[in-house]
Amino acid sequence: MSTQPPQQEHEESPADSVDETESTPPAQQRREDAKADKRGRDAQRQAEDDAAAKRDEPTRHIKVFRYDPEIEGKQEPRFDDFHVPFTKGMTVLDALIYARDEYDPSLTFRHSCRQAVCGSDAFFVNGEQRLGCQTQLSDLNEPVRIEPLPHQEVVKDLVVDMDHFYEEMEAVDPYFDPDETPDGELAEQRQSRANREKIKMSTRCIWCGACFSSCNIAAGDNQYLGPAALNKAYRFAMDEREGEAKTQDRLETIEQEHGVWRCQTQFSCTNVCPKDIPLTEHIQELKREAVKKNLKFW
Amino acid sequence: MSQSYNRGLIEDFGRWREFSAGMWAWIFHKFTGWVLVGYLFTHIAVLSTAIPASSQDAAVLAANEDIYTTTIVALESLLVVRILEVGLLAVAVFHILNGLRLLFVDLGIGLESQDKSFYASLILTGAITVASVPTFIAGAF
Ligand code: HEM
Ligand code: SF4
Ligand code: FES
Repeated sequence: MSTQPPQQEHEESPADSVDETESTPPAQQRREDAKADKRGRDAQRQAEDDAAAKRDEPTRHIKVFRYDPEIEGKQEPRFDDFHVPFTKGMTVLDALIYARDEYDPSLTFRHSCRQAVCGSDAFFVNGEQRLGCQTQLSDLNEPVRIEPLPHQEVVKDLVVDMDHFYEEMEAVDPYFDPDETPDGELAEQRQSRANREKIKMSTRCIWCGACFSSCNIAAGDNQYLGPAALNKAYRFAMDEREGEAKTQDRLETIEQEHGVWRCQTQFSCTNVCPKDIPLTEHIQELKREAVKKNLKFW
Repeated sequence: MSQSYNRGLIEDFGRWREFSAGMWAWIFHKFTGWVLVGYLFTHIAVLSTAIPASSQDAAVLAANEDIYTTTIVALESLLVVRILEVGLLAVAVFHILNGLRLLFVDLGIGLESQDKSFYASLILTGAITVASVPTFIAGAF
């Protein structure tokens, strides 16, 4: 089996597992046995894939951050190496899923949509915040180092605590809040084409937290709203359908001590945003709006 | 979350190799700004030696032997001071060029080329600094 290319090996694996289920001892056998068995097979598989790597078959080497405060032996963070059979178009997330399913079921990370929509799989990949599902392995240098987002507390392996990020997002009232609604119950709230175009990019945020993690101001000032929340504020403050009062409200939120003026235009957030939102540009525009609001010479 | 592991340097300057243009621009701008402030105070201290010099004899002044002139001449005769002057020029030029870049950033002009304008500031600073070396070092040896 080890002489076959990984692709075929992969296709064969369902058949393998059928064999194994047949040879598995009866149901009353303790679960521990099954687990040990699985571990053994994982180790064997890993060894085979390691061997494949040595023979220059297409595999990719990933190094994954491991940490679990609840398990002895994982309390001291470390990196685990996995050699994953490579298929064309494979993403970082695909590699992680393979490593988890085939080698180590305890490997923990968030993911859901696999198409850059849900925002749950932002990792620190080779030194940059990226979505696992949006990052091609073929674009990265090996070994691919995959770590949890910096500046957020690590819960386990690649899972970080997002609560603080969500709090900052909530702090800017991230929902449409017009002063008045149209009369008819089902009447649309129309927006001009130009206005839609203006806020278009800012509406694309998927709450992944990549920008927040990349920002060294947010790292140093725990109360800083951060790029994503400021972008949210921009999205609604610039929406002409919201009334004057609400817009003023929003400007007051973003010009407070831990708002836009904390931004030092390092462009880190703009560089990492997987949805290409021009975050720095939006923050700078909010700064100018805040100045215009307070300086009235005209 | 008290159990959570603090990743220390992973989250700080241990990552300097991965910094991008905008981050370097920020670090250099802070650094050069504070060097300029430091220079400002040193500069004032040196200039202050002109205060006692003003009340010295006309003859001493004419002979260029007043305390202000002798201090300046002594300083300028030191090679380190000449080298520091080149450094000061480099720091000032970078701060000014990047300062202009930041003013454009504040106005929201050309944000897509912010990295290129940072590299341009660096290259121009280098060129101006190199071109200044003959002037600053002349007669120091
Ligand atoms: C033509 C000359 C100059 C220009 C165009 C300029 C421009 C700027 C700009 C735009 C900033 C703001 C940076 C930001 O937005 O984060 C700044 C910061 C700074 N400047 Fe200058 N500057 C000049 C001269 C000087 C001089 C002569 C000094 C020292 C005496 C100085 C000291 C500083 C310092 C310390 C900061 C950092 C402030 C901070 O902590 O952010 N600058 N400069
Ligand atoms: S602004 Fe971009 S990087 Fe930040 S949370 Fe939204 S999608 Fe993620
Ligand atoms: S899995 Fe949903 S954004 Fe990557």
